[in-house]
Amino acid sequence: MSITAMLALLVSSMLIYAAPLIFTSIGGVFSERGGVVNVGLEGIMVMGAFSGVVFNLEFADQFGAATPWLALLVGGVVGLFFSLLHAVATIHFRADHVVSGTVLNLMAPALAVFLVKVIYGKGQTDNLRQTFGRFDFPVLSQIPVIGDIFFKSTSLLGYLAILFSFVAWFILFKTRFGLRLRSVGEHPQAADTLGINVYRMKYYGVLISGLLGGIGGAVYAQSISVNFSVTTIVGPGFIALAAMIFGKWNPIGAMLSSLFFGLSQSLALIGTQLPFLQGVPTVYLQIAPYLLTIIVLAAFFGQAVAPKADGITYIKSK
Amino acid sequence: MSKKLQAISVPLISVLLGIVLGAIFMWLFGYDAIWGYEELFRTAFGSVRGLGEIFRAMGPLILIALGFAVASRAGFFNVGLPGQALAGWVMSVWFALSNPDLPRLVMIPMTILIALVAGGIVGAIPGILRAFLGTSEVIVTIMMNYIVLHLSNAFIHSFPKSFMQSSGTDSSIRVSTNASYQTAWLSELTDNSRMNIGIFFALIAVVLIWFLLKKTTLGFEIRAVGLNPHASEYAGISAKRTIILSMIISGALAGLGGAVEGLGTFQNVYIQGSSLAVGFNGMAVSLLAANSPIGILFAAFLFGVLQVGAPGMNVAQVPPELVSIVTASIIFFVSAHYIIERYIKPKKQAKGGK
Repeated sequence: MSITAMLALLVSSMLIYAAPLIFTSIGGVFSERGGVVNVGLEGIMVMGAFSGVVFNLEFADQFGAATPWLALLVGGVVGLFFSLLHAVATIHFRADHVVSGTVLNLMAPALAVFLVKVIYGKGQTDNLRQTFGRFDFPVLSQIPVIGDIFFKSTSLLGYLAILFSFVAWFILFKTRFGLRLRSVGEHPQAADTLGINVYRMKYYGVLISGLLGGIGGAVYAQSISVNFSVTTIVGPGFIALAAMIFGKWNPIGAMLSSLFFGLSQSLALIGTQLPFLQGVPTVYLQIAPYLLTIIVLAAFFGQAVAPKADGITYIKSK
Repeated sequence: MSKKLQAISVPLISVLLGIVLGAIFMWLFGYDAIWGYEELFRTAFGSVRGLGEIFRAMGPLILIALGFAVASRAGFFNVGLPGQALAGWVMSVWFALSNPDLPRLVMIPMTILIALVAGGIVGAIPGILRAFLGTSEVIVTIMMNYIVLHLSNAFIHSFPKSFMQSSGTDSSIRVSTNASYQTAWLSELTDNSRMNIGIFFALIAVVLIWFLLKKTTLGFEIRAVGLNPHASEYAGISAKRTIILSMIISGALAGLGGAVEGLGTFQNVYIQGSSLAVGFNGMAVSLLAANSPIGILFAAFLFGVLQVGAPGMNVAQVPPELVSIVTASIIFFVSAHYIIERYIKPKKQAKGGK
């Protein structure tokens, strides 16, 4: 295998695996910047994947090639409604954030499989006919070498996700909404005295994470698993959570660490095709992303990089 | 209403709300809810065998829930139970397969010991990291789950051929009868259910952990650190030591729970596709019981009934996943206890108010 072909394979599979992580981890950033810990990203992704797949199967005939893109929206909206559970529990019902997030993770697979059985009468769906295929960038793919590595038969969604992380960064750090959201996550009392509606901002944060987590799940189901069953989403939500922490609660940081996780995840699958990894037992490649997360967390971040009031329920005094 | 009554009524109301929600769900999708629950309880309680299976399910649930409770009391949210349980499961079955001819009196204590150690080691790692480096235990334990999962699967794949059912399969052979936690008299008593001595380990553990938490210095330290680590340090308790010890105990209990699942329920090991469900269910049991060892006994009974009865819902055409929806929503209501407590205030508070 030539070096160009190897790099092209690495880049494209990295982008495919990173895209769902990028969306979901940025979702996590919004929730935690608003002060609500969201361990339920995995569950939200399950709901997004489920609804995206069902929509795709049902409407593939009407919408043709546009179906997967519309299914992203559907997945996002369903994720948003599902995250409402977490929002209400943590913001108004004063539930422990980690417990409530765990409820989402326990609930989602059961709920999704239940509904799949209701709709299709069996435990998993058929395979999708319309999925996110490979994409050649016009013009750019003609550039010698670089075009072959980065822009030929690659994942358009991966690039869109990277682009989106800059948009998310702009929203969070350069707009009034972003400032308010962050202030609520750092010091809700102060924000409240300045007339910011703390509860409403927290809802926005969680619901955005639901929207993006749902999109992430729909991306995953339509580009990686291409059907839905109980084993479709096992782990990417948690990896997205780790990517968010790696990225220091910053959308661009989350995007970069998602790319890293995407790369290490895809290595476990394409490792056998790459000459320099052929001697390494698969299990090392499989545990690498998780082990690295622990090592980096332990070595470089202790506590105290999260938003100050992250995970603390704000109780407005009378 | 007294404070104590309130503490008991919150989980009871949550269970009730969860079951009602499940019924609404069944009606929404055109199923007969009454029939569904009827079949669930008939499967669980309708036969001696069902009862035996409930006790079988309770064993690992109680042990793992106790593990969660101990860590939780020290302020450590142990999401790593599935990994710790899997480590105990795989290591104890591996030992049993490697030494099939050990006499039962040596074998059983050895498998218990190995499971305790394996789970304890997996639990200790996040404990040490949290104590010395302040690393978030939630992330580390979640990552540990995946590491243990992949390592166990690789370990099973590396088993000698004589351990596996036949080449190419993903399951090992059954352990020898010396190592099995199932016994002839329990099987006979319960019409050939898989009930095993694991439930007795669990009952002993309930007493031990209750004693540990309520009557020993270490238990006091665990509770103190959980309530306020800084104040505990000031009072001369080493928060680091306490957190690590509690995580070792927690992991060890989960490991034993895994061994009971492995040597009691399944009697072999096989390749797992995802983190052990029993680990998360054990966590849910402990959450429902508000981390009280005695409460765990009752909560585990409820979960055992629901689990054993779930396949029965198929008779009423209801997908058995409904049961997991019910248990998840029970935990949701327990976690939202603030809203329930508002309606069932203790008398004094209701009168005085602010």
